[in-house]
Amino acid sequence: MAKHEQKHAMKTLPDPMVPHPYSVRRVSRDTYDTFTLELEQANGAGGPPFAPGQFNMIYLFGVGEVPISISGNPARSNALVHTVRAVGTVTKPLVTLKRGDVLGVRGPFGSSWPVEEAKGSDVVIVAGGIGLAPLRPALYYLLSHRDAYGRVVLLYGARTPADLLYTRELEDWRGRFDIEVEVTVDAASGDWRGNVGVVTTLIPWARFEPSDTVAMVCGPEVMMRFTVQALQERGVAAENTFISMERNMKCAVGFCGHCQFGPTFICKDGPVFRCDRMEPFLWKREI
Amino acid sequence: MQTLESVLAEHRFLKGLARPHLLELVDCASNVRFEAGQYIFHQGEEANAFYAIRQGKVALEVFVPERGAVVIEMVTEGDVLGWSWLIPPHRWRFDARAVELTRALAFDGTCLRTRCEEDPDFGYELLKRFSRVITERLEATRLQLLDVYHG
Repeated sequence: MAKHEQKHAMKTLPDPMVPHPYSVRRVSRDTYDTFTLELEQANGAGGPPFAPGQFNMIYLFGVGEVPISISGNPARSNALVHTVRAVGTVTKPLVTLKRGDVLGVRGPFGSSWPVEEAKGSDVVIVAGGIGLAPLRPALYYLLSHRDAYGRVVLLYGARTPADLLYTRELEDWRGRFDIEVEVTVDAASGDWRGNVGVVTTLIPWARFEPSDTVAMVCGPEVMMRFTVQALQERGVAAENTFISMERNMKCAVGFCGHCQFGPTFICKDGPVFRCDRMEPFLWKREI
Repeated sequence: MQTLESVLAEHRFLKGLARPHLLELVDCASNVRFEAGQYIFHQGEEANAFYAIRQGKVALEVFVPERGAVVIEMVTEGDVLGWSWLIPPHRWRFDARAVELTRALAFDGTCLRTRCEEDPDFGYELLKRFSRVITERLEATRLQLLDVYHG
């Protein structure tokens, strides 16, 4: 490339540190503390293309910025969808936004679920709590390319039935014959008819061929550690198991070092990692 | 037609059991069926059986004042229900309610305890299998206590 072309290219490359204004199109409540935001650009367009598992930095002007996984359908670009649990300084006011309110978005950033590499194999998706949100784009992708995969299994655990996300979609997926959906909660009242127990208890009995399975796991770190263990006991190799990590991401491009985890930066090298690469560090308390 | 022995041999909990031990179990076993909503046992009652679930779903519940019945575990096809028959004072610690039509093999506790005393090999084999179930449920309970979804 000639020097002037390089200069021009540099000029036109979007600065990853500059947030783009998006307005809220819709806010829907998923649970008592979790909401899904649909965002659009000023011209009514949705978000840029993204791969399942990637995240955006959402900037609430005057409050702060947080990394939030994209939870929408990668095949539909008419809206940028994020599911947010209202627990922090930024996320609490974030979910009080109304239609038309403006916020800043940087991204998409990071690695993605190996939906292409998994073609031809069984796929088991294990989600815990809000961990279903980053996995939902992968599920959309798998279901829209269903013939390309063997068995598809979704194992989803939450604290109580009131904590379950996307209940309508879970029902739809349950109604399909080409995906096995098992949902479990830690505790329930007498009218609950589903499973009770942690999500790891579903793994021994789920129908998939361990030697030819790609596992995608997302949830709090302690849940992922025990899930990885249960998958390995079932015979799923660590190199076929993928986890999505979360740390204190700030710049999202590997400059600031806030999200360093062992030899990696979660924002740039992750958030989705092949398990065998992260396993030595998962059990280290100091990291 | 399937014999009771072959039904027992196919159950996940009893797979791989030596034939003489299976026959000991057959002597203590019967087929049972519970309708949806029917209680199989209540907390505090004498525990004199265990159940190998063949089909259906059973909720283990604790009644909590002002909250009603709280489901603490769901037992399904291939699982076993109840170990209080084995451990004194032989009283159920929870309520068990069939959530849907449930078919199971019921094993008489008095009969089993007698066989275990008379045949320590059989008793040890059964104890090993129950220990595994108890260990798995203890680990699962510990994870539940950890509140693993609260990241």
